[in-house]
Amino acid sequence: MTRISVTVDGVEYSDEVENRTLLVQYLREQVGKTGTVIGCDTTNCGACTVHLDGRSVKSCTMLAVQADGHEVTTIEGLAQNGVLHPMQAAFHESHALQCGFCTPGMIMSSIDLLNDNANPSESEIREGLEGNLCRCTGYQNIVRAVQQVAGASAPAGSSASIGTPA
Amino acid sequence: MTAVDERAEEAIAPEIGKARLRKEDQRLITGRSRFTDNLSVSGMLHLGMVRSPVAHARITAVNTDSAKASPGVVAVLTGADLADKQGSLPCAWPITDDQKAPNHPAVAVDHVAFAGEVVAVVVARSAREARDAMELVDVDYEDLPVVLDLETAAAGAPFAHPELGTNVSATWVYDSAQAGTGTDVDEEIAKASEGGIVLRRTIRQQRLIPAFMEPRSILVDPTGEQLTVWTSTQVPHFVRIFLALTLGIPESKIRVIAPDVGGGFGGKLQFTPEEVLTVLAAQHTGKPCKYTETRSESLVAAHHGRDHLQRLTLAATKDGTVTGLKVDLLANMGAYLGLVTSGIPVLGAFMYNSIYKFAGYRFTTTNVFTNTTWTDAYRGAGRPEATFAIERLMDDLAAELGRDPIELREQNWIKHEEFPFSTVAGMTYDSGNYEAATARAKELFGYDELRDEQKRRRESADPVQLGIGVSTFTEMCGLAPSRVLGALKYVGGGWEHASVRVLPTGKVEVVTGTSPHGQGHETAWSQIVADRLGVAFEDVEVLHGDTAISPRGLDTYGSRSLVVGGMAVIKAADKVIEKARTIAAHLLEASADDLEFTGGRFTVKGTDKGMALGETAFAAFQGHNLPDGFEPSIDADATYDPVDFSFPHGTHLAAMEVDTETGAVALRKYVCVDDIGNVVNPLIVEGQVHGGLAQGIAQALFEEAVYDENGTLVSGSFVDYLVPSAADLPSFITDRTVSASTTNDLGVKGVGEAGTIASTPAIVNGVIDALRHLGVRDVAMPCAPQTVWRAIQAASSKGGAA
Repeated sequence: MTRISVTVDGVEYSDEVENRTLLVQYLREQVGKTGTVIGCDTTNCGACTVHLDGRSVKSCTMLAVQADGHEVTTIEGLAQNGVLHPMQAAFHESHALQCGFCTPGMIMSSIDLLNDNANPSESEIREGLEGNLCRCTGYQNIVRAVQQVAGASAPAGSSASIGTPA
Repeated sequence: MTAVDERAEEAIAPEIGKARLRKEDQRLITGRSRFTDNLSVSGMLHLGMVRSPVAHARITAVNTDSAKASPGVVAVLTGADLADKQGSLPCAWPITDDQKAPNHPAVAVDHVAFAGEVVAVVVARSAREARDAMELVDVDYEDLPVVLDLETAAAGAPFAHPELGTNVSATWVYDSAQAGTGTDVDEEIAKASEGGIVLRRTIRQQRLIPAFMEPRSILVDPTGEQLTVWTSTQVPHFVRIFLALTLGIPESKIRVIAPDVGGGFGGKLQFTPEEVLTVLAAQHTGKPCKYTETRSESLVAAHHGRDHLQRLTLAATKDGTVTGLKVDLLANMGAYLGLVTSGIPVLGAFMYNSIYKFAGYRFTTTNVFTNTTWTDAYRGAGRPEATFAIERLMDDLAAELGRDPIELREQNWIKHEEFPFSTVAGMTYDSGNYEAATARAKELFGYDELRDEQKRRRESADPVQLGIGVSTFTEMCGLAPSRVLGALKYVGGGWEHASVRVLPTGKVEVVTGTSPHGQGHETAWSQIVADRLGVAFEDVEVLHGDTAISPRGLDTYGSRSLVVGGMAVIKAADKVIEKARTIAAHLLEASADDLEFTGGRFTVKGTDKGMALGETAFAAFQGHNLPDGFEPSIDADATYDPVDFSFPHGTHLAAMEVDTETGAVALRKYVCVDDIGNVVNPLIVEGQVHGGLAQGIAQALFEEAVYDENGTLVSGSFVDYLVPSAADLPSFITDRTVSASTTNDLGVKGVGEAGTIASTPAIVNGVIDALRHLGVRDVAMPCAPQTVWRAIQAASSKGGAA
């Protein structure tokens, strides 16, 4: 067991962890941050993505002890004073989620993507989110949500019929 | 005075048709989700499933001593421990009277039939301790011959289950001559072989994995005799019934809750070994028990989909009129029959003829066991296979005749003025307009311009060739009229249930028997009820997914929820209005016949006297002044059994660019125009179409569950099983035409599976269309670069185009 100090969503925690504990296990089981979910065991799906010192990491791919002394932000720490983060709002407004299981990781990755590139093209968004899998949406509305936040003018595809059945 | 919301008295614009943002989203975008693995109960123990690494063997010994001594372990349960308690997992669809099926234990007792089958259950104080102890369970296996290949399995030994003495589970036939819905297909083929055209093709529908994003999880809390079961399922009502039937627990003692469920796609339309074992472990220990599978376990042990070998014969006249279609299917059941495993091919049986007017039709499925993970429903379930087969054949027929594939289809499809249309497969198509959807799709696609470009690139021998893929599909939705299911020997019905309650404050609660897991029923049902009762969208609360709250229901699959469940909601709401009308008439001192109900308000015709629905609810709540003998409630239940299926359709066009030097395939443009009848929420519909397209395109280009020669799944992680990412897909261009369904009052048809059913053949037809001039007639799925490249090489070694 090792004692670690980690700031999670603005609160400092000091806990004993087994050395083999993954960051995602620590977040879910010890800190109670179940908003961050586990979708795979090979670092492919990205559902567990959080921010470590402001950069996205897959929390199944690092040990809790590696987060010692660092600051973690999860999906639960994004909204401030009851106001959604613009990316959370955009996911809602663009219907960028269905079952919602990939959503926490997808939102965290999308924020990081825009931190790197404030005005990405559609293909840059698609490539930037390559590490996050979604089985429900076909990604189109996720791309739209990211574009909305980026302030990009071109919509993803042209949905000729939204709101006006032919 | 009542507490009625004043908004009910304002005129409210119709909700149906509005692109309402979802009510479901808030908890999901803020991390307040209630997926099963997020839930904990004090004192909860954790399970680990020890799984067979071999595909076929006798179990000769299971030694659990070391595992039991491992830190934190509470119990280790083996097949021997549970043999008398676990019963046999059910098949709810014995398709023939003589269907053969092995006993289906939740934990193997002395025989394993696929790699991944549970052989022991470790119960420990933490998930990590359970996992550590799993390594210490020592199982001795005596290998048996493995049978994997469908044709080998159909032919005879070795047997996946030696005690059955065969691998054939059942053979099921639909013959249009026998059924009186058409002619004898063999006569049509004989006629066509003299002066007409006969196409014979064999197509493999590869094995797929549903790959919902949330791995399955189960939490069981035994409190005395009662059991509360949280499970990530599409079918909480099924789970309750089958736990009762399988384990002999009184149904009334079982509460099943499907909390937030992270996708299903048919993959969670199941009653699972893991559910049974978690219940048995909870009963054994008297403690709450939780099991959450890893992704690797999910890929190897949650049921798979598709895996059919289709042998097809199409007969046509020289002028391109199709006359006969014969389908001879080998369907891989895998090692066991799950809930509806055996019925999946039967769901396709009525759709191979699709939108075309065949004279004769025969469908035969031979259901075959192999030593692989069992198959069952996966998005579309039977209908994608059927649509793929016929749409590939129509393209091949067009090529044979040198005709445009759309023009040839139009020659053969049902014209819009011919609806309702009775098909050669015995279905009555409610409505449709294939001409309109196709015209719109061609326009959005730029069909003629792309054909011109294709011609130019062929002439210039561009190394990257352009292909245009066509798919004009239909499907049957709205499972299902109970009488039809009975005739097909399915054990259950196809109705759906709903309750509508008007609370004393005027707020409305809707209880639905459907069980959404991403489809947005809370939003869509709110829209339906808001319109029907004239209340505000925000004032409707939709409750579901808990058998204590929603005691009757048949859950969510088969694009049934709106068509059947939405109709149940309508019927319940109508009953509420009629009850309220009686109270309103009494209080307004008017005849009920003189009351009009609009905008949530009863008014006496020709007067300004009136009363809001909420006021009648409050009057019922008080019970002070009601008609004699009237029960003090306006709440109502309804159970709706659909009168018939509905038949959405659409035209999908794909522009595929194929690099003839590398075999790399790129999807350049995808247009679909779907006709799903009336639309409740266009935003949700768009989302369903996008996601469906992604899954259908993934079958065409990326996904395949692959076993090695020993029966080990080699695509057993997301490294190897290629669920597409955002970078693998383009944005889609979508539109709709509307032919309202005539089989339900909402005029809706179902959209959940449309994209998946339609898109796979559009993509593959496009790949082949790009290469047909090089002599390529077929490319197996998934059309990975190596597969495409080999098809090109094989064609060129035969001397190119015929």
